[in-house]
Amino acid sequence: MMNWFRTAALLERKGVLGINRRNAEYMLPSNPRHCYPLVDDKTLTKQLAAKAGVAVPELYGVIEIQRQVRALPRLLRKYQDFVVKPARGSQGDGIIVVTGRTRTRYRAADGSLLDDHDICFHVSNILSGVYSLGGQADRAMIEYRVNFDPVFEAITYRGVPDVRIIVYRGVPVMAMVRLPTRLSGGKANLHQGAIGTGVDMATGTTLTAVWRNEIVAEHPDTGNPVSGMQIPHWDTLIELAARSYELTGLGYQGIDIVLDRDKGPLILELNARPGLAIQIANRAGLRTRLEIVERDLPTLRSLADRVAFARERFAHSRPVHGKFR
Amino acid sequence: MGRTHLYVLSGLLAVVGCAVFFYKFFVLGFPLKPEERTDVWRVEVQLQFEAAGGPAKASVFVPRRTGDLIIVDQSFVSPGYGIDTELQPGHGSRAVYSIRDARGTQALYYRAVVQPTRIRDETSRDPAPALQPPEFEGAQRVAAEGVVGMARQRSSDAATLASLIAKWLKEATPGGEAAFLLGPQPTTRRIATVAVELIQFAGVPARVVNGIALAPERRDAKFAHWLEFHGDGRWRPLYINESDRATPHQLLPWWRGSGPFAELAGGAELHHTISTRRSYELATRTALNQQRALERKLVEYSLFGLPLQSQALFRTLLVIPVGILLLVVLRNIVGVKTFGTFMPVLIALAFRQTGLAWGVLFFCIVVALGLAARFYLDRLKLLLVPRLASIVIVVILIIAMLTILSFKVGLERGLSIGLFPIVIMTMTIERMTLVWEERGAGEAFQQGLGSMAVGALCYLLMNLRIVEHLFFVYPELLLAVLAVTLLIGRYSGYRLTELYRFRVLAR
Repeated sequence: MMNWFRTAALLERKGVLGINRRNAEYMLPSNPRHCYPLVDDKTLTKQLAAKAGVAVPELYGVIEIQRQVRALPRLLRKYQDFVVKPARGSQGDGIIVVTGRTRTRYRAADGSLLDDHDICFHVSNILSGVYSLGGQADRAMIEYRVNFDPVFEAITYRGVPDVRIIVYRGVPVMAMVRLPTRLSGGKANLHQGAIGTGVDMATGTTLTAVWRNEIVAEHPDTGNPVSGMQIPHWDTLIELAARSYELTGLGYQGIDIVLDRDKGPLILELNARPGLAIQIANRAGLRTRLEIVERDLPTLRSLADRVAFARERFAHSRPVHGKFR
Repeated sequence: MGRTHLYVLSGLLAVVGCAVFFYKFFVLGFPLKPEERTDVWRVEVQLQFEAAGGPAKASVFVPRRTGDLIIVDQSFVSPGYGIDTELQPGHGSRAVYSIRDARGTQALYYRAVVQPTRIRDETSRDPAPALQPPEFEGAQRVAAEGVVGMARQRSSDAATLASLIAKWLKEATPGGEAAFLLGPQPTTRRIATVAVELIQFAGVPARVVNGIALAPERRDAKFAHWLEFHGDGRWRPLYINESDRATPHQLLPWWRGSGPFAELAGGAELHHTISTRRSYELATRTALNQQRALERKLVEYSLFGLPLQSQALFRTLLVIPVGILLLVVLRNIVGVKTFGTFMPVLIALAFRQTGLAWGVLFFCIVVALGLAARFYLDRLKLLLVPRLASIVIVVILIIAMLTILSFKVGLERGLSIGLFPIVIMTMTIERMTLVWEERGAGEAFQQGLGSMAVGALCYLLMNLRIVEHLFFVYPELLLAVLAVTLLIGRYSGYRLTELYRFRVLAR
């Protein structure tokens, strides 16, 4: 019992944000309810981003009603690889990444082979709301499969690595790179077994990494070191993140960006309820940073101000090489 | 402003709740603990019928000559009806409700407060009644003579004769004389009736007694049947069921003979429900005796003023918030994950009927079989709603099967599985499959077991007699529960599971 209080006090001192506080003090007050649909429905997010001139993975098609499912194989015939995802999915559930195909079968990112029936059934399930928040009827999106930047080649096991940045009132406060592993089945979600590495906000280099709540230095499947790596286009990434505030009007959100080999940074999705595991990846508390932003917000007028502020204030103090000391 | 507002509001709620509680406890003297030996019972009969639109007359037996029990108080609640009681010698007394013009559904009530007494009812010593030997004919006569002859040979007096006859009828072997007289699949009532005929045939006055078993919370009590014979100058009871013999002081004799309980003229669809419950009457009576108007109103407008059936319902309803509070604590302060927000509380309600061990067992069996069915259905690639509907049907089938099985094996508990929330079980199965597919079996089991454990905890809390009693007698405590819930709504500290999750950061 005493131990619990001590842990709680230590976490408090480090400024670690708990889920109750995230909901009560950040999400509820700064995320207006009417803005949620913009990020909860990924087709809307895409439209929004397109309007603002922000790059997103190209949308091949949207399946809205059951009847359209029959035409799906014809739609898919044109593409060698693609991603099927629910428009209102959460936590990466219900996503199928197809990386290649034979004449009759599709090869999924986790290595399994699917046929037309499997894909159609999956899309039907998406439509009936199996994966959506609250089980409402949903739409299925077929979109461009990202060919990720070769930078991450050595430290990814199947799937697509992405960069998650938490943005508070337009100021990027914390970032991490999520690397799929064999355990995560090619998915980039930490609770499914992906690796998360912290990111130095000033330079965009990766810091220590966590895997299943443990600090790791190498990718468990490829054995390559995951720390000290420079994320390409960091300037663009951090600016994209800062701009997402104006895009959605959500004061507290997470933005997921992928780096495509050919098309550069693409916004994958925005998240009104970003998880807290990012703190473990960065070995730093979010709350400290959120409070700094809150205090200095009046001085930040332009987008450039906010980006510069983030890079200056949230820089990692010491260089980190390889193993965590 | 937000926080102060909240604190003031929950403070007010808590103060009001506790103030009423203390007032009722200290000033009015409401009981704080459920009394261990409450020997006072309240019995309520509800008569319902559709009036034809004209004069209506309903009559119903009311208890009289109640042996070890005494009717302390009785009341007839029937708006607009005239009430008369008439004595039917040898049977009991009937209450007659009459009205000139009745339309629509009519509800009439009879309530009685019953208490055990040491002074036996004097009516058991009333003059020896005339013997009315039954007319047996043909084969029946031969069989009756056979049974009675044998019983007479092996008995020494009226008491042993009567109990021998009752025993043979109870243990009737197929093909025997007793079985022939009873007919196929005899009910207790039938056994009692035949036994009375045979005892009378043997020359001992006897009669059927219809009564009810006094149970702590019974919303739909059924009549029990036993018999009385006249020996040594008084009526003596003879019970058919072993369990009745063990607890005679909890059987309330209602009327004698085989006449119907209730009769109706000028209406249709007459039915009656009888509820019984342990009473808090005596404890609250001290409160009622105080003559100040406000205090009387407070008692009158409490849950004690409701009909017994609704009281029984509210006993369950009022503990739900306690379970929900526990759920809120477990989810927001401890950080346990469960399937569905309130699913564990609903499971806990079902456990109240089945008991914990059986409840958990049945829950596991239903979910396991349901999961198997769900995984099979998965291959058929059905759309969501038909798939859920199929699972609902499968779940109902499983429940029906389990009920029949456990009943045949002799588990009375099995009969209450039907009360499991079917739709909630279905959603649990569906969500569990999804988690299974997306996150693996481990996570699915973890969440499933977590939900069940939370349900079991809620059950343990909600089923405490003291909790049930406190919230029923002092429903204002719910205000305090609400206050705590509101406060937890703004609890922004760490959850216990987060201390573990973020433990690397605490170094």
